Amino acid sequence: MTATINTNTQGTLAKLAAGGAFQKILAFASLVILLIGFSIASPNFMQTSNMIAILQATSVNGVLAIAATLVIITGGIDLSVGTLMTFTAVMTGVVLTNIGMPLPIGVLAGIATGAFCGFLSGTFVARMKIPPFIATLGMMLILKGLSLVISGTRPIYFNDTPGFDLISRGSLIGEVFPALPIPNGVLILFLVAGATSYILSRTVLGRYCFALGSNEEAVRLSGVNTNNWKIAIYTLSGAIVGIAGLIIASRLNSAQPALGLGYELEAIAAVVIGGTSLSGGRGTILGTLIGALIMAVLLNGLRILSVAQEWQTVVTGAIIILAVYADTVRRRKQS
Amino acid sequence: MTNLVEMKGIEKRFPGVHALKDVQFDLRPGEVHALMGENGAGKSTLMKIMSGIYARDGGEMLVDGKPAAPDGPRAAQDLGIGIIHQELSLMNDLTAAQNVLIGREPRRRFGRLDEAALNAQTAEIFASLNLKMDPRTQVSTQTIARQQLIEIAKALSYSPRVLIMDEPTAALNDTEINELFKVIDKLKNDGVGIVYISHRMDEIKRIADRVTILRDGAYIDTVQAADTPLSTIIQLMVGREVTQDTPDIPDTSQSPVALEVRNLSRGSEVRDVSFNVRKGEILGFAGLMGAGRTEVARIIFGADPRDSGEILVHEQPVNIRTPHTAVQAGIGYLSEDRKHFGLAVDMTVRANIAMADLGRFAGRSGVLNETAMERVALEYIDRLGIRTPSDMQEVRFLSGGNQQKVVIAKWLLRDCDILIFDEPTRGIDIGAKSEIYALLEDLAAQGRAIIVISSELPEILRLSHRIAVMCEGRLTGIVPREEATQENIMKLATQTDGLAEQTEETTQ
Ligand SMILES: Nc1ncnc2c1ncn2[C@@H]1O[C@H](COP(=O)(O)OP(=O)(O)OP(=O)(O)O)[C@@H](O)[C@H]1O
Ligand SMILES: [Mg+2]
Repeated sequence: MTATINTNTQGTLAKLAAGGAFQKILAFASLVILLIGFSIASPNFMQTSNMIAILQATSVNGVLAIAATLVIITGGIDLSVGTLMTFTAVMTGVVLTNIGMPLPIGVLAGIATGAFCGFLSGTFVARMKIPPFIATLGMMLILKGLSLVISGTRPIYFNDTPGFDLISRGSLIGEVFPALPIPNGVLILFLVAGATSYILSRTVLGRYCFALGSNEEAVRLSGVNTNNWKIAIYTLSGAIVGIAGLIIASRLNSAQPALGLGYELEAIAAVVIGGTSLSGGRGTILGTLIGALIMAVLLNGLRILSVAQEWQTVVTGAIIILAVYADTVRRRKQS
Repeated sequence: MTNLVEMKGIEKRFPGVHALKDVQFDLRPGEVHALMGENGAGKSTLMKIMSGIYARDGGEMLVDGKPAAPDGPRAAQDLGIGIIHQELSLMNDLTAAQNVLIGREPRRRFGRLDEAALNAQTAEIFASLNLKMDPRTQVSTQTIARQQLIEIAKALSYSPRVLIMDEPTAALNDTEINELFKVIDKLKNDGVGIVYISHRMDEIKRIADRVTILRDGAYIDTVQAADTPLSTIIQLMVGREVTQDTPDIPDTSQSPVALEVRNLSRGSEVRDVSFNVRKGEILGFAGLMGAGRTEVARIIFGADPRDSGEILVHEQPVNIRTPHTAVQAGIGYLSEDRKHFGLAVDMTVRANIAMADLGRFAGRSGVLNETAMERVALEYIDRLGIRTPSDMQEVRFLSGGNQQKVVIAKWLLRDCDILIFDEPTRGIDIGAKSEIYALLEDLAAQGRAIIVISSELPEILRLSHRIAVMCEGRLTGIVPREEATQENIMKLATQTDGLAEQTEETTQ
């Protein structure tokens, strides 16, 4: 009996010391250091308005990164999140502006479009055995093209749908706590993060997400229908991209069909900085959230310090390499 | 009494391999039916057909007298057929409990998991196996042996009526094997039919009721285990007689020392280990699982750092920090876990054999000379009797034993003077085993220093010139073969030191 208790505590300690906790602390610590560094460098940085701007900037990339995290944990990769986001925005525009449906239908249409496209990617990957990189690269181009075709390459404005811009720009929190005018887009980000985190850690879907990334063959041999679960995960991921589409469309009060390319790489960067393993099996939503925040803080801070745009990109690249290197060092120590 | 399972005229072909030719097999409730045969005989393939992983090309299968054709692991589970695979198939990033109950996790509404029930159910299964393990431990932190036990727990969790065990004991020590045999006895009493595959001949006598022998994909015979001598079974398996004599020990006391290790320590796993190996000598390492033998090997090979201690090669101190420097110093190490560390399973046999020493096949421009690689690969395929349709077959399609031979070929090619073999015959059939023994003796006779780590005492006693015994990270003794017996080695292997006993007492 004592022996079991002993191994229990040892297990927990080892997990705390070596497991995801450390990576999260590391990422979190970097975030704090960045915040402190920038606020020393510039008095403007720590102002509430700037903090809210940072959160605002995080919201779209954060939601996309959460969607990407799901797929990456299964051992896949999703290159289509950027253009899918645009595509869902365009479809919402078609439903609301071109057809003139009421707001809730448009919202549903956006999310459903995302889910359907995720379902397609998942089917390509799981049933047709197309490697995720290729399948989602194909989707990325298809969706980019379709967005332009459907919109006639022109932005679709939501001026006829009152309230649409409030999805992202309004502030429910601000109405209750006037001192904290946090925009709804940010609120949505945190809600999505909370829900996805719950799904990952507490539900069957989440469990298979990690199991697939860890050893897909073993899951299959255990009698689990791996194809269906994988498709379900891609579908969920697509639906979350649909939410990102709503946030950005609402923020711009329009669907901009030419936008979207490049967002997928920023999302993947946030995922990686947050400690999710690109080879699958390991990762957390909290990590991804912190990763997305690190990127936003960095860009915001560099901008405030008037660092040239070109250099901001260079720094972002360096940060990605550093973050992943820190993770490898940690894992080497662990084993 | 109807048979639980009956298979007749089973045919299976893979590209270039006729893996099963008109094979028959049946299983009764409450029996242990051993399936024997050399590496590549088709044992695993037949069982994968029974458990729905492969589709058969011909023949019929009856379950409870009714025709059945499970088209996947799930369908086989529904028929009550469970399998423990030869190659570990666990999800390393998940916990033990999450692995055991994968696909059947206790759920609450809306697809939510009931983690507490998950851990409790797994703990129950572990208890029935007498396995002390926290269900929440992550699989990747466990040794192969303990991972194997998790696999067994997983198979039992289905409460199968037919349980196929494909070499379940390959990585287990004697205590664990005894535990497993108790479980098998219990299952037998419950009327479960068990198919048992193993290359350890002694186990067959201990637990099997009937034995079916396959050779080169063909059915040879089914015999009663109790009244068939082992030698007959072996002969049926191999198709010829296998000589089992122990060769004389050469006198190496005057040969120069090839490898000397002084006061090697690393945490609590390796504590103050010193020994030497002379040229032409085979030094065996005996001990229970977790005694620290593999750790010593990994440190010498530079795969793990050491806290303190010295390594001398040919009486020169060398600073080994990485496997690369070890290989440069002439040390080779064959890992016990071939799948993770020994092989690139998606590459061909040829590529794998050549891998350790690609430089010698490359011209000045760095272009590889495929013809030379082919020649060498074919030579080793022939020398070690690797069963493969060609040297261009991908290694993952080889049977377990043949994969191990590919690893050995790889290191033989490397031409190291000091070779460390960690469980070199795990999963290797009796015929190939004696070939590998002969090979190791050959290598020693050529003046190489050989270290063999093995959990099979008979193997250690058969091979080694001297036997080093470890217990809890300490070297508890080195015994020359003439003086070695099972008893005195087991005594050294269980000679825990007072310190360890004391700490155990204080924690209780
Ligand atoms: N998926 C596959 N593709 C091609 N060939 C295969 C495949 N699986 C098995 N084989 C071949 O079929 C033959 C039988 O293999 P099998 O794994 O059944 O042998 P085994 O009796 O289990 O051997 P071992 O004792 O080494 O595990 C071998 O020649 C093997 O190379
Ligand atoms: Mg086999």
